Amino acid sequence: MNRPLRHVWLVISVLFALLFASTTYFQVIAQGRLNADGRNARAIYNEFGRHRGPIVVDGEAVASSSESDDTYGYQRSYDPGSLYAHATGYYSVVYGFSGIENALNDTLSGEADALFYQRISDILSGEQGQGATVELTLDSGAQRAAAEAMGDRKGAVVALDPETGAILAMVSTPSYDPNELASHSSSEVQQAWSELNADEDSPLTNRAISGDLYPPGSSFKLVVAASALETGEYTPDTVIPGPGTYTLPNTSSVMNNHAGGNQEACGPNDESTLMSALEQSCNTSFALLANELGEDELSATAEEFGFGQDLSIPMSVTPSTMGSDLNSAQLASTGIGQYDTRVTPMQMAMVAAGAANDGVVMQPQLVQEVRTNDLSTITALSPREQGQPMSASNAALLRQMMVGVVEDGTGTAAAIDGVEVGGKTGTAEWGEDRAAHSWFVGYADAGDQQVAVAVVVEEGGYGSTTAAPVAQDVMEAVVGG
Amino acid sequence: MATIVSYTARPRRTLQGLLLLFAVAIGVTAYALVGLGRFEEVPADLPVVAIGALVLAAALQVVVSLRAPYADPVILPLVVLLNMIGIAVISSVDSANLLYSDQETSVATRQMIWAVVGVILCVTVLALLRDHRWLRRYTWTFAAAGGILLLMPLVPGLGAERNGSRIWISIAGNSFQPAELAKIAFAVFFAGYLVSRRDTLALAGPKVLGVRLPRWSDFGPILVAWGFAMAVLVFETDLGTSLMFFGLFVAMLYVATDRLSWLIIGAVMFLPPAVFAATQMGHVRRRLTCWLDPLASENFDACGQVNAGLFGLANGGITGAGLGTGRPDVVPFAESDYIFTSMAEELGLVGAFAVLLLYLLLVQRALRAAVGISDGFGTLLAAGLGFVMALQVFVVVGGVTRVIPLTGLTLPFLAAGGSSLVCNWIIAGILVRLSDAARRPAARQLQGDLPAPGRRDAEVPA
Repeated sequence: MNRPLRHVWLVISVLFALLFASTTYFQVIAQGRLNADGRNARAIYNEFGRHRGPIVVDGEAVASSSESDDTYGYQRSYDPGSLYAHATGYYSVVYGFSGIENALNDTLSGEADALFYQRISDILSGEQGQGATVELTLDSGAQRAAAEAMGDRKGAVVALDPETGAILAMVSTPSYDPNELASHSSSEVQQAWSELNADEDSPLTNRAISGDLYPPGSSFKLVVAASALETGEYTPDTVIPGPGTYTLPNTSSVMNNHAGGNQEACGPNDESTLMSALEQSCNTSFALLANELGEDELSATAEEFGFGQDLSIPMSVTPSTMGSDLNSAQLASTGIGQYDTRVTPMQMAMVAAGAANDGVVMQPQLVQEVRTNDLSTITALSPREQGQPMSASNAALLRQMMVGVVEDGTGTAAAIDGVEVGGKTGTAEWGEDRAAHSWFVGYADAGDQQVAVAVVVEEGGYGSTTAAPVAQDVMEAVVGG
Repeated sequence: MATIVSYTARPRRTLQGLLLLFAVAIGVTAYALVGLGRFEEVPADLPVVAIGALVLAAALQVVVSLRAPYADPVILPLVVLLNMIGIAVISSVDSANLLYSDQETSVATRQMIWAVVGVILCVTVLALLRDHRWLRRYTWTFAAAGGILLLMPLVPGLGAERNGSRIWISIAGNSFQPAELAKIAFAVFFAGYLVSRRDTLALAGPKVLGVRLPRWSDFGPILVAWGFAMAVLVFETDLGTSLMFFGLFVAMLYVATDRLSWLIIGAVMFLPPAVFAATQMGHVRRRLTCWLDPLASENFDACGQVNAGLFGLANGGITGAGLGTGRPDVVPFAESDYIFTSMAEELGLVGAFAVLLLYLLLVQRALRAAVGISDGFGTLLAAGLGFVMALQVFVVVGGVTRVIPLTGLTLPFLAAGGSSLVCNWIIAGILVRLSDAARRPAARQLQGDLPAPGRRDAEVPA
């Protein structure tokens, strides 16, 4: 009976080979697909069952996890609730994650490749693994000042350290309380979520880096001025035409020299110096200048400032644009930051930072440091150049003109005693019968500490009266004053 | 095959003792790790479990040394290890239920009590059953007992239905799966019946297309077996149990006769009922759908258990989530029907392979005993018990890993369930007894004295 016994053993071997194969298939080959399946309760439990690392600002945890008594294991909480909401993002069992919670999810959960040795040592030492700590570059003083200055108004504030690109403040108003979305009660989360989404002011949108983008208005004149200086044919003292009105080429549209229908010329004989044109924010001067420079020259400078570039801070920043294939009428409008020009406040802060940092634009970054729970540093902020739109000497000339704006021009409301402050206001038209968006883009230099800011207040009217005081508060919080 | 076995028979009792200690050490460690993984503390009853396991292992060691000194030293350690891994995984399910859904379940404790009963029965079998051939005298008694046990769930008031299958009986609140016991009875009956009839079954009959067909008059027994299998399928509506019995019979018939035609006939005979079940029975049809495409959105909810099991396998990956850190609480029947995915989630592919290899090794030891044993009855019984265990593992693990549709069988020694565990311990006792007979020097001596090869299968008059 040995021959059939051998056959029986053969059959059993085949059956078991099938089992080995099927087990391998589901545990190895199909593993990724099954774990990523949205209907997989275990993946959610695993995600939320980890001791997630905190997000820290100025040594204080603004997002942290504590053990919870329910099926998930840990509860994420945010303190203070809404101040850092757009930086930290939310961490929801129902709607996923956003902000740093999303961009650095692997790091916070401890699953990142860089944390491999940490995980091994946790396993060997038998410690309960904990995700890494993420310290942000934000300055709590600047962040608070920005949020308080904005108050109930809609808009955004970005403050950068021009030398390193570190983001010192990033505020988008209105904000929301991420604790509401981090609740483990699905019904509460769904309720909060639908309320936030139904809100016309879209509080979930981070206006500083994404959303619908804004026309920059006159604040874009900084880019035009930088481009002009870079040609070598212009200095702040170069006299350029600035008539009271300008009929756009090949159209019947008439551009007024100033907002609100003011048709006063930029100076005697319908002309002024470049510096004076920037101080007074003359529209016709910059419309004509843009056409003198041409689209290629202007867009080359804009690109060096970061326009059209993919940025991640590590959240991705919507690229800003000045449009393309522009005819001379459109280019004239672009010269004063209208037509197709659309920017993020982050981008405009980079423009000011470029001027303040001797013409070099640094990549904006939100993460100061990543540490393991035993305090060894995994990564630390290393400044990276984004581009160089102008030479150091031209940057000095641009700063000179920006200081002129704050001392003698439209930006006086941003001045800080004893500190060099330069900037540019903007009043961006964006729709029929709607109040203009109010801008201030500038920098403050207290010698040892610098800061570049961009402020936009939606439908705030004149930049000189609405946005400049906000910028002043934020800059003051950083450089003192 | 008439290989002359040249090694001298060695009892290897010390080896068995060491292997038993090793198995107990792994099992107790696993049990401790479940507690550490789930609650970060060693389970309070760990000393009791460790001492209990040691006492039972010692009892097994002693009874084997006294009553079956030449028994295969690997069988009992394998069984102890499987049983203890099962208890660890079941305690993980218990603790997950407690931690995540505030449900106090004590399946692991009950499984431990059943394990004690199982070991006692195994020891009893070894102590009382001095010679396996004694079983052959009661061939027809076992046939009757098996038939009655198999049909017991159909008795009104006694049988109980679960998950669409009527394979349980309930006596005074305790439920029992008589099919497990019937499995042993039928294996004994088939061995006894086939060994006396195998010559006519093997040799007579017309030859068609190179395949010798059996005589019509020999169809009787296979028709009866088929009829029983059909009764189980139709009235108890359980494809797994039905497949297990019929597979056992066909495999033993093949071993007895060495005729391929029986295998073909058996497979052909089982096709119509399988098709009938697939098309006519609601719960079998649903299982068929869940076998083919459980993740499709229209099937997802209906196949929740299958999917939860698959997600568990994926969660385990290669190295596993770790004992006590899986989420078996999201899988229905994670401690019984789905013990394999619970285990594979926490121990990973490594652990799943290890457990499958343990089974493969156990089956191999059974077949090895079948080869070595000197009487046809013993060969058939060992082969049948080994094959039915392999088939059961295949049907269960294949069911949860989508090789075949899911059926309601339990994984031997691993799955929670008193009747299954106790019956499998009885089988372990019989296998140890058979392996002792296979390795006993007297048998070797006798075999060596025989002049002509090929007589090893000759029956020793009972």
